[in-house]
Amino acid sequence: MLTLQILANGLVLGGLYACIAAGFSLVWGVLNVINILHGSIIVLGGYLAFFGYTQLGIHPFFSLLVAAPLFFAFGYFLQSALINRMIAAPVLLTLSLTFGLDLMVQNGMLLAFTADFRKIILDPPLGVLALGPVVIPIDRLLAMALALGLTGLLYLVLSGSRIGRAIVAVRMDREASALMGVNVRRIYAVTFGLGALMAGVAGTLLAMIYPISPLAGTTYLGKAFVICVLGGLGSVPGAMVGGLALGVVESFGGLWLGPEHATTLSFLLLIAVLLVRPTGLLGRKGYE
Amino acid sequence: MKRTFIVALVVLAVLLAVPLTMQAYGLRIGTTMLMYGVLAMSWNFIGGMAGYPSFASAAFFGLGAYAGAVAQKYGVPHYAAWALAGLVAALFAAALGFALLRLRGHYFAIASLVVAEALREIVNSATALTGGGMGLNLPLPQASSVEAQARFFYYAMLGVAALTFAASFLVRHSRLGFGLRCIQQNESAADMLGVNTTLYKVIAFVLSGAFVGVAGAIYASWVHYIEPPDVFDVLYSVKPIVMVLLGGAGTLFGPLLGAGVFLGLEELVWRNYLSVHTGVLGLLIVLLVVFLPKGMLALRKA
Amino acid sequence: MSPLLELRGVTRQFGGLRALAAVDFSIAQGEVVGLIGPNGAGKTTLVNVITGVHPATAGTVRFAGEDVTRQQPWQAARRGIARTFQIVQPFPDMTVLENVAAAGVFAGSAPYGVRAEAAAMEHLGFVGLAERARQRAGSLTLAMRKRLELAKGLAMQPKLLLLDEVNAGLNPAEIEQALALIRAIAARGVTILIIEHLMKVVLNLCSRIVVLHHGELIASGDPQGIVRDPRVVQAYLGRRYAAH
Repeated sequence: MLTLQILANGLVLGGLYACIAAGFSLVWGVLNVINILHGSIIVLGGYLAFFGYTQLGIHPFFSLLVAAPLFFAFGYFLQSALINRMIAAPVLLTLSLTFGLDLMVQNGMLLAFTADFRKIILDPPLGVLALGPVVIPIDRLLAMALALGLTGLLYLVLSGSRIGRAIVAVRMDREASALMGVNVRRIYAVTFGLGALMAGVAGTLLAMIYPISPLAGTTYLGKAFVICVLGGLGSVPGAMVGGLALGVVESFGGLWLGPEHATTLSFLLLIAVLLVRPTGLLGRKGYE
Repeated sequence: MKRTFIVALVVLAVLLAVPLTMQAYGLRIGTTMLMYGVLAMSWNFIGGMAGYPSFASAAFFGLGAYAGAVAQKYGVPHYAAWALAGLVAALFAAALGFALLRLRGHYFAIASLVVAEALREIVNSATALTGGGMGLNLPLPQASSVEAQARFFYYAMLGVAALTFAASFLVRHSRLGFGLRCIQQNESAADMLGVNTTLYKVIAFVLSGAFVGVAGAIYASWVHYIEPPDVFDVLYSVKPIVMVLLGGAGTLFGPLLGAGVFLGLEELVWRNYLSVHTGVLGLLIVLLVVFLPKGMLALRKA
Repeated sequence: MSPLLELRGVTRQFGGLRALAAVDFSIAQGEVVGLIGPNGAGKTTLVNVITGVHPATAGTVRFAGEDVTRQQPWQAARRGIARTFQIVQPFPDMTVLENVAAAGVFAGSAPYGVRAEAAAMEHLGFVGLAERARQRAGSLTLAMRKRLELAKGLAMQPKLLLLDEVNAGLNPAEIEQALALIRAIAARGVTILIIEHLMKVVLNLCSRIVVLHHGELIASGDPQGIVRDPRVVQAYLGRRYAAH
């Protein structure tokens, strides 16, 4: 029955991973920009939740509601003001740009919050849920549910709303969309904002489960990469499947090889997939 | 061409003269600058000339450092160990190149970045061979004065830098360099024109790794203690890119110029604003990318 | 005498789509052959298979007596198969001269250096781009880029030149110029396969026409006969017109 427990752990983790990756994948797929800042935005979301809880007594689930519009605005304005200038530049330059921004944000966080690890300890604790042979901490379960719910909401926005359809159109063919009257620049800004929103919210949820520190973003970024390669760029269902898959792989990998090797395992998986399918595993060919 | 020779000779003369006038601190800066020069010129082969945004430099650096260190642990004398490190890095680059160079753009960038991370973990786990997380100590090549040692490593690094420069020069003025430029401009057109793109890219990738491997090994001997997070640091992948962007990608002197300017800035910030130095690096990158994407040498034409 | 290019049973499948179906055809040395067919007939796919961009799913391609079915594009170039692209692909930041010199160095037999550039100037003179030798290739107009493509094709010293819609996007005057150039190239003894939509061009230039439709070779013969062939008319205009 250990297998079932590990599987359950993996799925719970995977739900969170899906949320982390969905926004990242969307930005990559639509703008053809790899947002290295994504990891740090997650951490910022975590800090928001942490300080919201410890200083103001606001439960992380409610900080979420503040985080969403805040990070959306941040992403929207960052893209409009800065990243848009480089949108047609070669991969190396856009990658370097977001990398440089990330260094600045990380340094800022180090100065503001110090390198100490912070963790939200919910008081009173939510306890565990026992489903037959499987035991799941309730806070994780709720976090996963919210994460998946939010990811699902994103999917609905993309497939149902007008602006969502526009985003998908731009992802498929930027020029054709422009010819159809889509304001591509605004779509870029909205998409980037959505990416930041997803990251910030994921961060508020993750803060309940994992300790946060300014440099922790890199790990989440790495996972987002792997999930994008597994699930395809710009695809929210892909991010969900990829996230769940990665969660399960890491869970079992942690069992067989030890938890400290989990990240290496996911990286080796990434390379293996890229070697076999240079444009990622699931369907849609993203931008290169 | 003649002007290139003259400039190169002048630079070489200056670099040779440095140890005669500088103390240990100046030599340390000089050695670091030469190392940065090697890293930048090496990246230029694959990133500047061929146009493939490689983040693998840290992988080659760390691999070279450990190859050299482990060789010396088993009694190989240091020059041979350094050469061996270069060979190991070159072979690794060749194998990796065939696998990764099929990928384009972002995918290649990420995969190359990830390789360094994976390599770091593997080295970390192979405790029997590499000392794992406890690090590895290296023997000191010469038991003499601090000054003499500093000079020794300075000249060692100068030697590698000179070799790398010579290689850059030869490639730039050869069929290989021409082909790489075609690949960077339009890879499928180059393919259709008869350029053996796979072979050329792999050669560029090997060149980008070999000298870096040697530099890594020399670095290891120089600091005589290494551990995985130190030599596989992602900044060893990022800084060369910044240097080349700063100086001018694809050019001959650009990487060197960029390395020099970068080191100057780094020393300035490190000594005065330690707590914000990664932030300042980040700011530098952002400003560079937005305002000076073609590097300083392009300003000449303006 | 054996044909320069010979395709036997060439099929190319992309997943469920059959772009080429058992195509049999050959070109003799010195011929100027036109390849026509409605959109989506597989003309560019055929050129891609000949040049090694896509491997044939079945069948063989022989060039100058050699089996080249599995060749890579760069090998095709070195064997003497040159092609131009519908959407021209120059090296944008290199000069016009460098573009042509590249073709000469890598596919032709020019050694890298000044001699390659001198040879390149000759080709540029032939296509009328000599004054633009030092201009950045990315700044050329479409008509000039097409001529640059031709110059590059020539610099490759081809035995077989595949021209893919070389007239697309050109106005009538430019097309006349292009025609004159192609005739001059043919006069030099280069074997040419030209994909074209414009019947006037094909009728003017070609000694033989082959017709592709849904990946199948449906007709092959002299221009006048092809134009009246009921199968060809049906392919282009539909069954209603075929009877006429």
